[in-house]
Amino acid sequence: MTDHAADDLVLEMRGIRKEFPGVVANDDVSFDVRRGEVHALLGENGAGKSTLMNILYGLYRPDDGEIRLNGKRVSFSSARDAIDAGIGMVHQHFMLIPVMTVAENVVLGTEPVRSGVFLDEPAAAKRVADMARTLHFAVDPKALVEDISVGQQQRVEIMKALYRNADLLILDEPTAVLTPQEASDLFEILRTLRREGISIIFISHKLNEVLEIADRITVLRRGKTIVTVPREGATEASLARAMVGRDVLLRVDKEAAQPGGVLLTVENLHVRDDREIEKVRGVSFDVRAGEIVGIAGVDGNGQTELIDALTGLQKIESGTVRIAGRELSHPDARSALDAGIGHIPEDRQRRGLVLEFSIAENIALHDYAQPPTARFGWLFPGRMVERARTLIREFDIRGGGPFTRAGGLSGGNQQKLVAAREVDRDPKVLIAAQPTRGLDVGAIEYLHRRLVTERDEGRAILLVSLELEEILSLSDRILVMYEGKIVGEHTGEVSEEAVGLEMLGGGERTAA
Amino acid sequence: MSDPGPTPSPEQSAETGTLAARLAVKQRAGGIAVPIATVVLAFFMGGVVVAATQHSVHKGLFAYRDIFNGAGLNWIFHPTTNLLDISAYNLSQTLLQTSTLILTGLAVAFAFRCGMFNIGGQGQYLMGLIVANWIGVALVGMNSLPHILLALCLGTLAGAVWAGIAGVLKATVGAHEVISTIMLNWIAFWFGSWLFGAGGPLQNTTQPTVPISGQVVPGARLPDFWGMQGFQGVHVGLFIALAALVLFWALLNRTTLGYEVKAVGFNPDAAAYGGINVRKNLIRAMAISGAFAGLAGAIDMLGGTTNYQFGQLDIPFSQVGFLGIAVALLGRNTALGTLLGALLFGGLLFGTTHGLNSGAVIQPQLAGNLTYIIEGLVVLFVGADVLILYVWNTPRRLLRRRAKPATSTAELPA
Repeated sequence: MTDHAADDLVLEMRGIRKEFPGVVANDDVSFDVRRGEVHALLGENGAGKSTLMNILYGLYRPDDGEIRLNGKRVSFSSARDAIDAGIGMVHQHFMLIPVMTVAENVVLGTEPVRSGVFLDEPAAAKRVADMARTLHFAVDPKALVEDISVGQQQRVEIMKALYRNADLLILDEPTAVLTPQEASDLFEILRTLRREGISIIFISHKLNEVLEIADRITVLRRGKTIVTVPREGATEASLARAMVGRDVLLRVDKEAAQPGGVLLTVENLHVRDDREIEKVRGVSFDVRAGEIVGIAGVDGNGQTELIDALTGLQKIESGTVRIAGRELSHPDARSALDAGIGHIPEDRQRRGLVLEFSIAENIALHDYAQPPTARFGWLFPGRMVERARTLIREFDIRGGGPFTRAGGLSGGNQQKLVAAREVDRDPKVLIAAQPTRGLDVGAIEYLHRRLVTERDEGRAILLVSLELEEILSLSDRILVMYEGKIVGEHTGEVSEEAVGLEMLGGGERTAA
Repeated sequence: MSDPGPTPSPEQSAETGTLAARLAVKQRAGGIAVPIATVVLAFFMGGVVVAATQHSVHKGLFAYRDIFNGAGLNWIFHPTTNLLDISAYNLSQTLLQTSTLILTGLAVAFAFRCGMFNIGGQGQYLMGLIVANWIGVALVGMNSLPHILLALCLGTLAGAVWAGIAGVLKATVGAHEVISTIMLNWIAFWFGSWLFGAGGPLQNTTQPTVPISGQVVPGARLPDFWGMQGFQGVHVGLFIALAALVLFWALLNRTTLGYEVKAVGFNPDAAAYGGINVRKNLIRAMAISGAFAGLAGAIDMLGGTTNYQFGQLDIPFSQVGFLGIAVALLGRNTALGTLLGALLFGGLLFGTTHGLNSGAVIQPQLAGNLTYIIEGLVVLFVGADVLILYVWNTPRRLLRRRAKPATSTAELPA
């Protein structure tokens, strides 16, 4: 890239403005990409990154501003125009057809044909195989997409874009779905593409990744370009400051825990998943009032099933669960809620919210049938809205009022909405599963502080997270889960390595 | 540090979500323009069919004028309550059709709001009709008001039970409601054929050779509020249908039951997490859906739409349950939309059969088919309303394409 002149710009976006009813999503945003560089677009959820890229990809029309591609002014009215102009986008949510092969997916829409109508399968497979070889992608063109890993599916998406002659690739938070190993493979691929002269826009809110892969970094905040800096000289702290506009506490400030009486007791719990596989195999622990107990573990070691069992969403095979001494005999979601469990679920969009419902309706999700929201089956929407207004203020939920669709909020605000609902019910036990997954620095900080506040209010908090750093910085006590069992327990200072070893099955249970 | 799966954006997850959620997304995207465009396009293509089959463009236009007049809509130019006036009479018949279609439309709409597609409105309608006939014929000498109420209630209940079967099957063994309601339709058809057929339990005892039911006794008939001796008048069923619209709206928007129905319809996982019993709601929503269709059947029977009796041969010709699908889809499953959709199809149903029966434009025996052509097109277009949106956006897209400069021709690195 350094061979080229610094102003060899593939893309220039100048003075872009986009307004949605009540929100200015992009306000005079300028952004450019040089040939063969990786340019990171960094910003909190709701900062306007996605809007900007959707404008570039032809999905939205800007209200103002101009886009130049290779020096020529362009105006796209659909993604098809953008694709024709050499722009490829890899969405977070892959647009692949699971039952078709890799090759079929790559050529879909521009298939090589025989006799005018028949798909030339061998030709397609050969072209895709050539491409995978050139780019050192370890993907079998004949494999079905449903059979390959998420990391490989992402490569198929990249190939799809390149097959359509893209020379500018947009990657929307590409590492959000990858394991650390897959992420480092992806970075290797991006370096290869960069050598081939492909320009890449890398959307992220993870500071360490951006510093690892990007040549230049542009930070957006509340719809505005804050700064564009070269990687050299940028630090996590300086980028974080630019993103949120103030210094962020990367560690959580908290007083020592003052544990009270036991509020949650789990004894010898066994749970099977929907496929009848035993995922929780004899787990026992308790959580006291005023403490945060963190469960660390690699994904898929029974954490999800444990939480679902505690909250009545999965049947308990055997064992007991007690809330403040009272046993949950036949836990269904309703009785778990009534017993005093609050639950921030790990998938807020699939389970935590009804995206088509308004904020007010979502806040009423657990107690829509109880006074004052309803009486004798009759709803009082005015009271729902009233309560929503209070909570929107208290939890600083931005992006709309009580009547706004929950699906229209940014991820961070959706999570604040879930947290607001759960905390407002005044639960004895608050279970937070991956409470900050996919959120930006500002929202993470807010939720962490909130969890500590709720702990100090005397709630028992069970935190489950795949982010070890989150567990370490928030928990007063740490349990490590491996293959459905608790294999380690730590209080006080503990090293990341020690817990990490146990998460991978290298430790024995150290405390009872 | 690895996430277990992709986190789709709200729009994407709605796209891949339930029926109700997908429809809501499209509804937001298209607003009121799409249903209107759907109707216009369907009418246009219906006109093309007439013009093509009659080898005359102006006959296509005349056909719609005749349908308009046939539906009695020209009544607004010289309003009168005298049913001897042809436009007033036509309008009264349109209103009768509309009453039924409101109810069968609400049946489809209610199930839709809970994420289910109730195709069995016709079967539920027939069950309501059968039970109302039975009560209306068998209980001779009962007081009028309790007799009517009993027949209406039991007819409604019959529809609820019939649809409830599909709900139970879905909630317990996961049988898809589209399949089970279609099968229940056929069961209702043949059940009715047997009941009304020669020697059947409900066959008219005074005409043993005719496969037709007995006639509802005068005391059980719904009173007309606009009618005269010797004519089929507009009975109070219209007000029952309008009340059902209000009930539908209130149920969905002002009760905890409606809240549960919508939550399950949009996102059953979130509903379960919220403490809502999803299975119970599937069964209950299906039963309420069927209740609307059953009430439609009862009203038609007691209101004289079928001359207070129903025959084996009437069964295959009755289509109002199916028309309810088009009414609900066009009305976007809302109370107001269902009213408008029912008015449209009520007008069409009577307008085509009676406006075009002079034979001046097309053969009368073909006339009624125009309604079903338009109905089919509406269902097709609503199902494919992405297509409508596409057509809708075409002018703008063409304009932009013309304005667009040459694009990049970069090559793949290989």
